[in-house]
Amino acid sequence: MLPELFFGYFAAVIVFLSVIVITRRNPVHSVMWMLLLFFHIAGLYLFLNAEFIAAIQIIVYAGAILVLFLFVLLLLNLREELRAKRFVGAWPAGLFVTSALLVIILSVLKSFVPGPAGKYSIEFIKQETHTKALGKLLYTDFLFPFEIASLVLLVAIIGAMVLAKRKTGK
Amino acid sequence: MKEIVQMIPFLGSIPLAVNIVVILINIAIVLAITLLHVAYATYWERKVIGHMQVRLGPIEVGWHGLLQPIADGVKLFFKEDIIPANSDKPLFYLAPVIFMVSALTSLSVLPFFDGFVIANINIGLLFLFAMSSLGAYGIILSGWASNSKYSFLGSLRSTSQVISYEIAMGLSLVGVMMTAGSLNLSDIVRAQQERWFVIPQFLGFFIFVVSAFAETNRLPFDLPEAESELVAGYFTEYSGFRFALFFLGEYTAMLIMSSIAALCFLGGWTIPAFITGWFPVLLKLPAWFWVVVFLAKVYAFMFFYYWVRATLPRYRYDQLMVIGWKILIPLALFNIVLTGTLRIMGVIRP
Repeated sequence: MLPELFFGYFAAVIVFLSVIVITRRNPVHSVMWMLLLFFHIAGLYLFLNAEFIAAIQIIVYAGAILVLFLFVLLLLNLREELRAKRFVGAWPAGLFVTSALLVIILSVLKSFVPGPAGKYSIEFIKQETHTKALGKLLYTDFLFPFEIASLVLLVAIIGAMVLAKRKTGK
Repeated sequence: MKEIVQMIPFLGSIPLAVNIVVILINIAIVLAITLLHVAYATYWERKVIGHMQVRLGPIEVGWHGLLQPIADGVKLFFKEDIIPANSDKPLFYLAPVIFMVSALTSLSVLPFFDGFVIANINIGLLFLFAMSSLGAYGIILSGWASNSKYSFLGSLRSTSQVISYEIAMGLSLVGVMMTAGSLNLSDIVRAQQERWFVIPQFLGFFIFVVSAFAETNRLPFDLPEAESELVAGYFTEYSGFRFALFFLGEYTAMLIMSSIAALCFLGGWTIPAFITGWFPVLLKLPAWFWVVVFLAKVYAFMFFYYWVRATLPRYRYDQLMVIGWKILIPLALFNIVLTGTLRIMGVIRP
């Protein structure tokens, strides 16, 4: 009973906070609600015994990316931003697309089959600790995708540097 | 946090209420003791710096000024709380709370002596990073919500400083994780029974110390609150008890940085094996005695904070960024490679 209650709380609050985030007029307030949202997502990970992912969620998303969001927002002209319309005019099209998506998801929901239980049971994770289990997998079985992901990030870093670099001389 | 999660499946067999009461009592003890230590850390700082500058420091209130922190606290508590008219009120209220909460939450994973820690989680070190990165919100929001030039510039400086040095600090502790083979702070301390990590991780320790000074906005990196340029930096507009929250948060953060240094590099509550070899009687002492050893290390590091403050001038902002990005981060990356190589060669093993 309690696990369902936990999950229900997190799921409901995550949806509720997402709505709050996109309806705030002041973007800085939006970011603060998003911070709370990220904490609930981390709670959900923790609830799945994925403690490493939960910590990384807070460190990377809440601690770094959201702070960069704030930096960008501070460059905006808030006086204009507060008077601007909050929703674009094309909302009927958006409503149509999202409701179509909802219908698709609901129609495939009944054919959902839970995957077979693998080697990584909760007892195994508890004994091995989550960080160790994840690290071993990432550096053995999933080394290639892991390296590709880091390469993508490297490309993004180099791209940002090229864009930001001032042209000198000539 | 994890303990609560772990309790859920066995809810029927464990008397939950007793557990919760025990946890609450532990939290209350740790909070009360830490806040008392924080109050007297301010007194000690004023005394140390006073004597270093051939002054006496606080001397009027109580014997040798011992009641000065209490008098300060009472004064701040009863001061008028001024809120700027054009401030963003909810965020203005929230900022000091976030700052203080992120500092105090870190206390929950610190093992003060063998077996005494509020939450013995496997990711203790990562939890500390997460909480210290949240402190940046308190800073940036206080500056933005105050709607004042000095506050805003101070908060921008401070946030960019904190997020830059966080990287160097995190990377410097990766060496510790690799040497200990664990992220659990109690396990890291136990791995240092034979030899403190400051010896194999001297490079990591150096990087950690420099970034710890920058993370807590202390001299020689106290640009965010450079009095001569920015009045008081991000908390210029705060007064009364809200100011006190920032002040306490800063000293709590210093205490936590000192604790991390003691736990990760200086052996936590343990003393080196060769000393216990000479005096075997030390091993018979009760477990809580070792909190004295731990506190001695923490206070030695705090003294170092004060010593540096009394000695060094402030860096310029561009120098600060150069030190962080061009020196400390490459050094920390080199330290990781070095530690990995040494571990593969078998020179250090967990």
